[in-house]
Amino acid sequence: MGKYIAKRLLLIVPILLGVTIIVFTIINAIPGDPGRRLLGPAATQEQVDALNESLNYDKPFLERLGKYLSDIAHLDFGESYQDGEPVFRKIVLNFPYTLRLAILQTVCYSILGITLGVFSAVKQYSLADNVIRVISIALAAFPGFWVYMVALLVFSLYLGWVPSSGADSWLCYILPVGCAAVLSASSLQRLTRTTMLEAIRQDYVRTAKAKGCAAGTVIWKHAFLNAMLPILNQVGINFGYLLGGTVIAESVFGMPGLGTVIITAINAKDVPMVMACTIFLAAIFCVLVVALDVISALVDPRIKAKLVKR
Amino acid sequence: MKTKGQEKQSIKRGRGYEIWGLFKRNKPAMVGLALLAFIALVAIFADVIVPEELCYTFSGAPLETPSIEHPFGTDNLGRDLFARVVHGSRVSLLIGFGATILSLAVGAFIGAACGYFGGVLDNVVMRIFDVIACIPGMLLILVLVMALGRGTENLLYALMISGVPGYARFVRATVINLTDMEYVQCAKSYGTSNFTIILRHVLPNALGPIIIMLAGSVSGTILAAASYSFMGFGVQQPAPEWGAIIAASRQFMRLAPHFAVLPGMAIVITAMSINLMGDGLRDALDPRLKD
Repeated sequence: MGKYIAKRLLLIVPILLGVTIIVFTIINAIPGDPGRRLLGPAATQEQVDALNESLNYDKPFLERLGKYLSDIAHLDFGESYQDGEPVFRKIVLNFPYTLRLAILQTVCYSILGITLGVFSAVKQYSLADNVIRVISIALAAFPGFWVYMVALLVFSLYLGWVPSSGADSWLCYILPVGCAAVLSASSLQRLTRTTMLEAIRQDYVRTAKAKGCAAGTVIWKHAFLNAMLPILNQVGINFGYLLGGTVIAESVFGMPGLGTVIITAINAKDVPMVMACTIFLAAIFCVLVVALDVISALVDPRIKAKLVKR
Repeated sequence: MKTKGQEKQSIKRGRGYEIWGLFKRNKPAMVGLALLAFIALVAIFADVIVPEELCYTFSGAPLETPSIEHPFGTDNLGRDLFARVVHGSRVSLLIGFGATILSLAVGAFIGAACGYFGGVLDNVVMRIFDVIACIPGMLLILVLVMALGRGTENLLYALMISGVPGYARFVRATVINLTDMEYVQCAKSYGTSNFTIILRHVLPNALGPIIIMLAGSVSGTILAAASYSFMGFGVQQPAPEWGAIIAASRQFMRLAPHFAVLPGMAIVITAMSINLMGDGLRDALDPRLKD
């Protein structure tokens, strides 16, 4: 198992290399003069040329790519075009906010989605199941940014229960976490319901019932534990997406975080910042995928047998 | 030959009838279809319902509440919100269906080729897609928009490119399953060319799952397009687009809630109609998936 984990972690390096090359190529495909773009139409041609030279834009593409790769191999992600600060410092400063928001959102929507999904599966076709399903289908059509705005309008501007921006107190987290919990729970509820419906029809569940296990034990210990893997995988992958996707919540609720950094960097055409954020988030995503596979193998001996043999 | 052709046609019609029969009995799906038809009609006849100039002319006072003259009220510049929401449907449907269908076409072609030929081509393309899959989706689109520039068309291309790996992977898996089928082996033994086999035998049989996936992602694309326009990366002012209108309403939420709420309702209704229809299509095309 240890060998397998080491192998998977080593495989992340070529993937990140690929990510770097692809994103670097996309960003460098921007037509036009990069120095002119940064300085605007008012700058003189000498200023533009000087900037291009200092940022190495006068060199051919492959040479720049090679230099960038050797820089990040030495963990030097360059300086931001916006304020000349090292980009990595900005990421490290802002990432905790994003991480906290993403963890809170994940915990809340998982609890809500799994509970409702299991309940729906156990009481299939009951009134409650139908109501939950209708709400769940309806919620899938709501755009996140709009729900955030309406929630802000009602709970902050009209009722005044929570502050309208900032991240200083726990009150600030109620709306972003609550909205995301309700919205994301809908798809998790549907997945949980489907996998649970399959699980509770299995023979071992019938056996457990027949030998007189309590209903709760049968549902949670026998059925849910066996149906858990696809759910765990979706929550895990979704967590990776959330880390890169808290942009909208941060923007509507005026919170600091990596999303705001990314948007500002893209607006400012700050190439080193965008590159560093992409590589950083892709790295986290890769580690997350490995972790999920390892957890799956630990939970399910069948998967473990398949992986370790390879 | 004639009888064979006739037989084939009747089988095709029979299957179509069967699917329509199943779909027709599904009430939520029919509601979705009706809603979508209504929205499509609004988009097609937008100019008849309300002239396009009204999207841009300052015909009222700023932030008027809904009235007979301005059914949805006015925005912060005094433009008629009803006209802007009606004409906004065009952009949303265009991006939603356009980006999805384009990326499906490209992805299906790449996926079918990879799955059918296998080998080096398959390996190289799939490794590239594996790498792209590690970039969080939103970031990939933002980077593409940064490279292409803002605007409706570029957002469409960015959404299209970001969708290709997913479709390619999906079609590839379906095709690999299908190439083991006996009728494909049979066609091969007759000496049918690879291209014809993919086009005539493999893709049509993969159509069911592809349509299901397509229906599932159109509404997602519409929501995504609205989100990117909301962040300012998509449709630019003064063009009417639901996400962009909501973005403009942010500072006036308290003064004029209708300004933020009504365009949002339009997004919700559109996405919901497509979701309901997609679920109905899924149940009709593949009853095994029904729970």
